Amino acid sequence: MAITGESHSQFHVLAVDDSIIDRKLIERLLKTSSYQVTAVDSGSKALKFLGLHEEDDHSNPDRVPSVSPNDHQEVEVNLIITGYCMPGMTGYDLLKKVKESSSLRNIPVVIMSSENVPARITRCLEEGAEEFFLKPVRLADLNRLKPHMMKTKIKNEKLGDQEKLEKPEIQSEQQQQPPSQPQTESQPQPQPQQSPLLQQPNNNKRKTMEEGLSPDRTRRRYNGGITTMV
Amino acid sequence: MDVLNQLQRQYTDFTALLYREGFVDDNFTQVQKLQDESSPDFVVEVASLFFEDCEKLVNNMAEALEQQDVDFKQVDSHVHQLKGSSSSMGAARIKNVCIAFKTFCETQNRDGCLRCLQQVNHEHTQLKTNLQALFTLERQIVANGGSIPVMQ
Repeated sequence: MAITGESHSQFHVLAVDDSIIDRKLIERLLKTSSYQVTAVDSGSKALKFLGLHEEDDHSNPDRVPSVSPNDHQEVEVNLIITGYCMPGMTGYDLLKKVKESSSLRNIPVVIMSSENVPARITRCLEEGAEEFFLKPVRLADLNRLKPHMMKTKIKNEKLGDQEKLEKPEIQSEQQQQPPSQPQTESQPQPQPQQSPLLQQPNNNKRKTMEEGLSPDRTRRRYNGGITTMV
Repeated sequence: MDVLNQLQRQYTDFTALLYREGFVDDNFTQVQKLQDESSPDFVVEVASLFFEDCEKLVNNMAEALEQQDVDFKQVDSHVHQLKGSSSSMGAARIKNVCIAFKTFCETQNRDGCLRCLQQVNHEHTQLKTNLQALFTLERQIVANGGSIPVMQ
């Protein structure tokens, strides 16, 4: 089935941050970009939502962290965006846990931090984070998210490989290949048409023209409070 | 018509002042940009959350600093949180106090910390008053059938 990538509402983002203000802001940013959002205030709540039981699960002697068929998440999560400095489980810890999980590792993870620490950024990217945003995150930053989410969508919907078995929550239009049939990893289907990156559904928004997308937004220097006034 | 123009002029001037005096910075503008018809009270909501959060953190800091044996790491973590939220909010003065505050935590300077705490309180009150005035102007403009001037 072709992917009708025009509407973002088929993308569901899990936002994680202990700061209520940052949670509210990121939620608004994501909703403005027409994504579905679930916001939680800790890494452990995020894992719970994702269906990952981190601690010793007595009923599971193998101790393999996986989504058990009985309590799989109702909605597919296409991206996790998380703060870095959080009490208890940091964003980095959460990232690690997601990437170590066979059922979750394909979910793209984006880290947000108020501090521009190159070593931190490198560490996160090396651990598998797709992007590292400096806080406060801006609307333009979110343009970078869609390609990552599209990748998962393609993978999920064209599935024939074992991931499908481990992700019963995926809503595919059709169950294409039975699991017994070996599937090649490469997907020769044509790339879906790239829709405009930023949907502006509401022209009445009180905003001036958004600044042009600078290619290096991810690693932009912290401006330190420029007062821009005419 | 005249009343509306006056209000809008007041709004523009007042906004300019807030930026000029460093009460708010560009991050506040970004927050304002997120407000629209589907979320018409967004800025007020965020501001409320911010001030509540600020108060809570200030109380925690005060308590920690009152102890015989001050746990500066604790204080620092509260300051770090406040620094983050004030930055996100665009509350530039508060954020700047937090930067100084952090240094005092690192050097375990109790007096310095207490002075910063006082300053945070002061800036909090000022900003709250200022934003309330701003929001009042906005309401009046809308009530008079006008639209809120957009920041350049």
